[in-house]
Amino acid sequence: MKFGIVVSEGPYTHQASDTAFNFAKAALENGHEVPRVFFYHDGVNVGTRLSIPPQDERNIQQQWTALGKEHNIDLVICIAAAQRRGLLDENEANRQGKDANNIADGFRISGLGQLIEMGIQTDRLMTFGD
Amino acid sequence: MSETVKKFLYVNRKAPYGTIYALEALEVVLIGAAFDQDVSMAFLDDGVFQLVKGQSTDGIGVKNFSPTFRALGDYEVTKLFVEQESLDERGLTADDLQEITYEDEDDDWEEKPSIRIVSRSEMSDVMADQDVVLSF
Repeated sequence: MKFGIVVSEGPYTHQASDTAFNFAKAALENGHEVPRVFFYHDGVNVGTRLSIPPQDERNIQQQWTALGKEHNIDLVICIAAAQRRGLLDENEANRQGKDANNIADGFRISGLGQLIEMGIQTDRLMTFGD
Repeated sequence: MSETVKKFLYVNRKAPYGTIYALEALEVVLIGAAFDQDVSMAFLDDGVFQLVKGQSTDGIGVKNFSPTFRALGDYEVTKLFVEQESLDERGLTADDLQEITYEDEDDDWEEKPSIRIVSRSEMSDVMADQDVVLSF
């Protein structure tokens, strides 16, 4: 089965991104497909490469980046939600005249259309949030 | 663009202000309208407050986005299911909600109400009938 996954709560504050990660990993290990994960609301904060959790804690961004690379998952951060919360890729930082960008390896910023498209193209859409 | 038409339901469970869920849910609905899917919206729990008429946000410094609901008909979003029990539990009636209409192209563009008050058990039937449920 093809699963689309939505993460709609921020990392560390809320369990949603962890549960989504565990679900995606388990689905892939059981032969299912996870072509895309869409990060919305505070979920966009998963995709910053500047977070530095204590060494004895999981690093949520790095977990997603690794899983995404291993299974070719499209990790999409919503642009409208990201801009409100200070998540920028290099292009957007230049376009907006900002002096930095912070998107982690393996993530990309795109529009809400990617979320709708994921709903159309997958068999099941799973939302992990509050 | 995909030719598949799926039934999308956007479930609104949160009050319009205090958190960003309602505003960002509405942004999804407006973008999603471009994909020509079969769209419905559900309002339950504190989500019913999103449709209350006469909202003013002057005192809290955030945008009042409630007029946008009245434009949904232009986006062919014409099915707004509101749960009766959620209204009752909050001391609200259908009269407390703003009037939202659409023009029915299959019925000589007659103006019809978009809001449909349904019971909790009818709401579960609405949900069971969907392909994609996005919960906010």
